[in-house]
Amino acid sequence: MIGLVAYLVFFLIVALIFAVAVLGLNLQWGFTGLFNAGVAGFLAIGAYTMAILTGPSREAVLGGYELPFAVGLLGAMLASGFAALVIGLITLRLRDEFLAVATFGIAVTIQLVCVNWEYVTGGTLGLISIPNPSRALADGPFAQNLIYLALVAVLAGLVFVGLERIVGAPWGRVLKAVREDETAAASLGKNPVRVRLEAFVLGCMLMGLSGALYVGFIGYVSPFDFLPIVTFQIWTMLIVGGSANNRGAILGALIVWAVWTGSGFVISKLVPPSVQAQSGAMQAVLIGLILVVTLLFRPRGLIGEKIAVSRHARD
Amino acid sequence: MILQHIADGLLSGAIVALGAIGLSFTMKILRFANFSHSELLTWGAYFAVIFFAVAAVIGGGYGTPIAPFSFGWPLLAALLVTAALTSLLAIALHHLVFARLNRMAGHMTMVFASFGVALLLRHLLVLIFGPAPLYYSSALQFAMLLPGGVRVMPDQVFLLGLTVVVVIALHLFLTRSRTGISMRAVAENPDLARVSGVDVGRIVMWVWIIGASCAAVAGVMYGLTVQLRPELGFSLLLPLFAAAILGGAGSLYGAVIGGLAVGLSENLSVMIIPTTYKPAVPFLMILLVLYFRPEGLFGERR
Amino acid sequence: MTAPVLQAEGIVAGYTADLMILHGVSVEVAPGEIVAIIGPNGAGKSTLIKAIAGLVKVSAGRIAIDGRETTGTPAHLLAAAGVAYVPQTDNVFATLSIEENLVLGGVTLPGRQARARIEEALARYPMLAERRRQKAGILSGGQRQMLAIARALMTAPRLILLDEPTAGLSPMAAEELFGLIRGLVGGGAAVLMVEQNARAALRHSDRGYVLAEGVNRIEGASDALLADAEIGAIFLGLRPADSEGLRP
Repeated sequence: MIGLVAYLVFFLIVALIFAVAVLGLNLQWGFTGLFNAGVAGFLAIGAYTMAILTGPSREAVLGGYELPFAVGLLGAMLASGFAALVIGLITLRLRDEFLAVATFGIAVTIQLVCVNWEYVTGGTLGLISIPNPSRALADGPFAQNLIYLALVAVLAGLVFVGLERIVGAPWGRVLKAVREDETAAASLGKNPVRVRLEAFVLGCMLMGLSGALYVGFIGYVSPFDFLPIVTFQIWTMLIVGGSANNRGAILGALIVWAVWTGSGFVISKLVPPSVQAQSGAMQAVLIGLILVVTLLFRPRGLIGEKIAVSRHARD
Repeated sequence: MILQHIADGLLSGAIVALGAIGLSFTMKILRFANFSHSELLTWGAYFAVIFFAVAAVIGGGYGTPIAPFSFGWPLLAALLVTAALTSLLAIALHHLVFARLNRMAGHMTMVFASFGVALLLRHLLVLIFGPAPLYYSSALQFAMLLPGGVRVMPDQVFLLGLTVVVVIALHLFLTRSRTGISMRAVAENPDLARVSGVDVGRIVMWVWIIGASCAAVAGVMYGLTVQLRPELGFSLLLPLFAAAILGGAGSLYGAVIGGLAVGLSENLSVMIIPTTYKPAVPFLMILLVLYFRPEGLFGERR
Repeated sequence: MTAPVLQAEGIVAGYTADLMILHGVSVEVAPGEIVAIIGPNGAGKSTLIKAIAGLVKVSAGRIAIDGRETTGTPAHLLAAAGVAYVPQTDNVFATLSIEENLVLGGVTLPGRQARARIEEALARYPMLAERRRQKAGILSGGQRQMLAIARALMTAPRLILLDEPTAGLSPMAAEELFGLIRGLVGGGAAVLMVEQNARAALRHSDRGYVLAEGVNRIEGASDALLADAEIGAIFLGLRPADSEGLRP
């Protein structure tokens, strides 16, 4: 029984960390209509910044500043936000597809840098021994995980409440106006490029926060945690939950992560050992199927946008 | 040394060029960035594995190599069959996913549906063929020595020639046949094409057939020079996009010149940056093009 | 009496499912007739001819061409059935050569017939023949309009739909174009045109329909409509007293 509860705590920590990233993506896609295909890259920037700022000193590798956890989180968000600013300034005035291609490209490039720039990232080995703040507060993994879950839940809750207020505020209405009809938004005296840039940077900062929380939890960072499939997972969470709805974003994170881990468990029990090597592929096929089927049969997701918004913005 | 890089660049650029033709046409005529296009290259390459396996059973197999190439006549048959099979795959995907979404939602929905489709296609190959690399033939091929100390594989030279033939054939198709002219008309103004009597649905089928066939040829030829892996096409996705964007969406020559430029840049880049960063070169090209000339070299300004 | 070339009854149509622009419009055009549709901005004039051309989905009502029902027929099949449509803007393929524009006009014809018609069209319009290999994008507004009409005529259509054919043309070029339109109906074809310039349209047509807010308001012979002071006041932007006088 305790095993199940312990697993549930573990599951919730990871799902809520994902939820923070999904909320960031929701701000970009759901509310502003920005297609960010490089989520994994912004997660990676946050994760590595966290590792460098808070990790122990190492030979021949940058970092070892052993700064407090909170500083690590803040630094991660700033680093991701800065990267988003640079890429956004170049691509946000262009058509949506180009943003998709450019952000996909930056994720690939960031992963490449993570693997190869050993001085900063530790190369393929990654960076280990990143301190988890809960270790100092309690004994035993279960209590420590409970504390970390509380921390993640509070942060995710703050992000959720903050975003709800933002999208309800005048700025949120401007975002939706930009999404629905850029020309009309521009004629209202809003600079659509600037509004898009603000939403893009803020969303990417949340992805950086998510990456930092992940590293803080598992204690190490590896370039292979940020393959493009992570971007697919987070997108699927948003689409399944329902884009342009912050509750949907969190729900999607929980459900899709449950399907991912659950299917991994089932495959490990049912599939003969000879093809276990392909279990990751089976999970990926499953996620791809879920994404496509949701788009086809329930394009608004489980709980999509409250209908009023986009209808009236059009006419 | 620089001559060798140029030769390598042109040869790998030819693969990118072939792959980018279809991507560029889809971006222009179907009006979405198809992230699953690169998987058509992979599927083409693996269809050829099946073809050679079947050919081995009914006799003939890989055929007697025609010197100096590593392959014989069966390869040409394989190119035709895989082009047809890959076209069928693309048309099936169109009917099952993209056409339905296009009716229901905006074009960005198509883009992330293509994400999902790419993931599915790639991992289905892992499930069917396993993650381990495959080879068409175990025969070793020796490089030819060209003047200037440049070494190239005969198969790659064949590929370059084949690319030229494909491009000339497509040029004639687009400028001489009514279907080709209709395709250019749909690219510019679908409604006007429709009221002129063009069946846009039929043109869209042709876009998929051309794109998938070129992708299949590129995939098989790429598979001939490297090992076959399920990530074969995926690793080319950014170079394909770079070529299509550099050339300008919808432009045949743009895609070809873009492909060669990407191949050359990648191979020449190793003279100034570490080889491990080579895959980032197409991304930098994309950023530069989008910043300075978003419509591409041969595209029209929107 | 012969069957009308176009018979449209109670057309309800719009661009999105929840926003209709036409609320039951009826129009008829007889063989050899030029009919003008006039009305204020937003009356649904362009939507009506797009619906007849198959570009806008018709939600209710019926359309018949030469007595055969065509409601819901896709645009490319309507083109093959003898409906030609010249949009107001972007009415030629600017990136295609002039000859290729004509090829598109004849895309539904058998190859040999199409080639013969292209040569006929080029012979009829020497201006186009001189530039046959050049891109249509280089043409001036009036020349484009001429190419657009030449392209539309490739199929020898029964019904020619023109959306604001004289928009952006000089008064002289507009008069010339109206003369050309008059020549189109010789062989029993019919023309339905939408015009912003209501007075000119009525002067050069046989009958007219006045549309407002997506419904028929008034219809009648063009000269009667021109003479009607009330229509002049409401729809043609004229004060009753100076229907032939200077504009304010």
